[in-house]
Amino acid sequence: MSSVKATIQDVFNEPGCGKNANKSEAERKKGCTKQLQPGGAAGGCAFDGAKIALQPLTDVAHLVHGPIACEGNSWDNRGAKSSGSNIWRTGFTTDINETDVVFGGEKRLYKSIKEIIEKYDPPAIFVYQTCVPAMIGDDIDAVCKAAREKFGKPVIPINSPGFVGPKNLGNKLAGEALLAHVIGTEEPDYTTPYDINIIGEYNLSGELWQVKPLLDELGIRILSCISGDGKYKEVAYSHRAKAAMMVCSKAMINVARKMEERYSIPFFEGSFYGIEDTSDSLREIASLLIQRGAPAELMDRTEALIQREESKAWAAIAKYKPRFQGKKVLLITGGVKSWSVVAALQEAGLELVGTSVKKSTKEDKERIKELMGQDAHMIDDMTPREMYKMLRDARADIMLSGGRSQFIALKASMPWLDINQERHHAYMGYVGMVKLVEEIDKALYNPIWAQVRRAAPWENPANNWQERAMAAAAADAAALAADPVKAEQVRRAKKICNCKSVELGVIEDAIAAHALTTVEGVREHTNASGGCGACAIRIEEILAEKATPPHAIAAE
Amino acid sequence: MATVTLTKKACSVNPLKMSQPIGGTLAFMGLRGAMPLLHGSQGCTSFGLVLFTRHFKEAIPMQTTAMSEVATVLGGYENVEQAVLNIYNRTKPEIIGICSTGVTETKGDDVEGYIKLIKEKHEIVRNLPLVYVSTPDFKDAFQDGWEKTVTRMVEVLVETPKSSERKDPQRVNVLPGCHLTPGDLEELRTIIEDFGLKPTFLPDLSGSLDGHIPDDFTPTTIGGVGIEEIATMGQAGWTIAIGAQMRAAAEALQKKTDIPYRLFERLCGLEANDELMAFLMEISGRPAPMKYRRQRGQLVDAMLDGHFHIGGRRLAIGAEPDLLYDVGSFLTEMGAQIVAAVTTTQSPILEKLPTENVLIGDLEDLETFARERNCDLLVTHSHGRQAAERLKIPFFRLGIPMFDRLGGGHQLTVGYRGGRDLVFDVSNLIMADHDENHQPTPETWRDGMDSIHGAASH
Repeated sequence: MSSVKATIQDVFNEPGCGKNANKSEAERKKGCTKQLQPGGAAGGCAFDGAKIALQPLTDVAHLVHGPIACEGNSWDNRGAKSSGSNIWRTGFTTDINETDVVFGGEKRLYKSIKEIIEKYDPPAIFVYQTCVPAMIGDDIDAVCKAAREKFGKPVIPINSPGFVGPKNLGNKLAGEALLAHVIGTEEPDYTTPYDINIIGEYNLSGELWQVKPLLDELGIRILSCISGDGKYKEVAYSHRAKAAMMVCSKAMINVARKMEERYSIPFFEGSFYGIEDTSDSLREIASLLIQRGAPAELMDRTEALIQREESKAWAAIAKYKPRFQGKKVLLITGGVKSWSVVAALQEAGLELVGTSVKKSTKEDKERIKELMGQDAHMIDDMTPREMYKMLRDARADIMLSGGRSQFIALKASMPWLDINQERHHAYMGYVGMVKLVEEIDKALYNPIWAQVRRAAPWENPANNWQERAMAAAAADAAALAADPVKAEQVRRAKKICNCKSVELGVIEDAIAAHALTTVEGVREHTNASGGCGACAIRIEEILAEKATPPHAIAAE
Repeated sequence: MATVTLTKKACSVNPLKMSQPIGGTLAFMGLRGAMPLLHGSQGCTSFGLVLFTRHFKEAIPMQTTAMSEVATVLGGYENVEQAVLNIYNRTKPEIIGICSTGVTETKGDDVEGYIKLIKEKHEIVRNLPLVYVSTPDFKDAFQDGWEKTVTRMVEVLVETPKSSERKDPQRVNVLPGCHLTPGDLEELRTIIEDFGLKPTFLPDLSGSLDGHIPDDFTPTTIGGVGIEEIATMGQAGWTIAIGAQMRAAAEALQKKTDIPYRLFERLCGLEANDELMAFLMEISGRPAPMKYRRQRGQLVDAMLDGHFHIGGRRLAIGAEPDLLYDVGSFLTEMGAQIVAAVTTTQSPILEKLPTENVLIGDLEDLETFARERNCDLLVTHSHGRQAAERLKIPFFRLGIPMFDRLGGGHQLTVGYRGGRDLVFDVSNLIMADHDENHQPTPETWRDGMDSIHGAASH
């Protein structure tokens, strides 16, 4: 386990991460992992994260070393697509039993590897460590090494047992395993000046194939995609790429940065969601390739392609304008990804009534604050009733969000569209954005909404559950308004920093007691924003409020 | 009739089995105002949550003690304490059901001890029912987790009636196995109520996971059986247990309350439902309502119509023991032959399965058997989809998880109506496959007698 610890420390030190670079030495050591709250946590573990990041590699046998829960409850549930092998969808697990827990599971693991090679002969096997074998001291590195020597095949240990942290840490540990054992171990048959890597893209619903034809047309070759529709050997020789694109999520920033350091492959952070973002990413790719020696005319061809595709896409979207006149979209997401779709939605004539505060203009932010009262980062913390109230107050016609809030919308008989990773449709590139608009249209104009909103024959429309929910929310608010002490308590109890569990009151007190003026100062005294750093923007707002004397507001 | 063998493989490929903590969790979801809590790393909960969400297409209440590596080594008292307090403060549940996992069992956390301590320390949760079940992932399977959890609910939540208390002969306790869907429970409730009886289901998924629009937004379970009703189960005249897995709970209930029980190993098929009807007539003292006489006729008619299609089918079936026995037996009664059977865990019921051998194994085993033994009908949960594609035989989805079709929660196998619908669904699948893949051509019988074996098997 000590090597896992060392790797985790290394990941925490990631200099490529902007948030990390802002932290002090001591804080960096503590890591970026959100402190998990018992009874209040949601989301996967580090093992889940590692598997999500690597499972899209299509020709690899993914073997999970652990009890049945880790694989049996979850296999074949990812929406990634493969153009070739399907072995990645086969569930392999050692399904360890009580005897293994007592005597160790290494033998079973070794035999499992042997069985997989005999029956399926994959080009490589990835072995995932989980909590129970990690606790009993199974040394998967040693087993993988022995198997590699015996069978002459890459057997790669992925050391990311669930209890070391959350999903995003697992993504990075998976990346570390690729860096340590896979990348740079093979050579491509040939290289071209147009070879790129795409890092952190999983080809969910086949969305990579919405963009690949454009790259093909430009003569740009995806040497390796880590990991969507990827093959083992492509990752193994990915160090020969000329440039890399890191897909926004930062899930594998360590891979992109270390490949730059070790193999001098420059990378940029980009996205294929949204029309402008797609164009920007294509330009970035072309520009990096040209820097690395590709002919300059690549940029002319890229610009021509962008112009052609953009005008086609905008024309396709413009058709929806009359239909979307006056329609409002409630966009709820903490992800940056969805931000790049905003322009397309607005171009289609939709009005946006709520979204995450990240990257938004000041004007937007004011409106969002009014509507939501808090960062979308905190959506997880909202009760379903609060979320429903938000839907109603926003008077939205459709809600776009991740899967977790879907049942709130659907139970409230509200059109809803999944824009997170569980979605069934592909929304990447120019065609993807047109597809998204088309899906919104389908959802908005489906006649079922009028049907399902009808009151039942025995129902009093003034006293149905929706109205009662709103009344209960109003009653809560009224009770608070009538009790200023309680209201102040509730206001002060609002959690600002989720990672370190710091409440507004604590921050306000610290600001007052120490005359703080900077986020750094607040962090030093309260530990707020010492985790993922996303709440820094909220702390800035609090500081701004405190800094402005009351009369200044009146003067504004 | 069947022998039971264990797989000899070291590596499980394409698991049929799911873990027992989430079986226990599902049982807790049949209680009103419940919050199931897995004592383990947060992935343990997240995988279960995703599985149930995809199956039921519902928001699923489920929490985690979020054990970190350090907490795992030092012991999880603080995590359990914090989890209970956080859940109490945020969601005000009526009950918290705690299942252990592999992580916390390897360390050997004394959760019963923790619960005692938590109740001593924190007055606010002193009267909150906390039910704990030991369900390590590295032992047993989903069905065992359900079995242990319902038994534990009986032990903790049912009150022993005082001797002065009168029994209510109209009250009937129903202990359903996890192989019954919310739709099955709804059907059973109707049947039992039609005999003038008042059933209490423990647990009752029909109120909580039947896909209804709730009357309010609550973060805990909605519907399900309330703890005050469970407490009074001792007043019932009879207990009906469904599936061999429920014998333990029925016996625990009998021990505590002296209520006799009747175990129905099956409720799918004509004979099984005749037995249920006869029993309900007996305990209620009423004749069977006309509608069941009509429904019986419909089932008989469906069986006559369906046997042309199901008869002679070579069946490969993978399911947990009680579901395997229930539906496998009915399809056998319809003329199919169980040629390959795979299950997840030991059960005394397996020996009764009308086939030669049952393997405790995985879907790779089932696929291999199906190919070697020329099967032409595959029945298992949604994870059989890859095998079905390769085998190119009709595939009937049965059990949890059913994530690539709608209506898993309403699939009906109990009652005369359940049997009738099942016959239609399976027959239609076979007919569609016949039309698409097995139309005769001028070449079909070109090889004379040599061609007959192949034709007969399709």
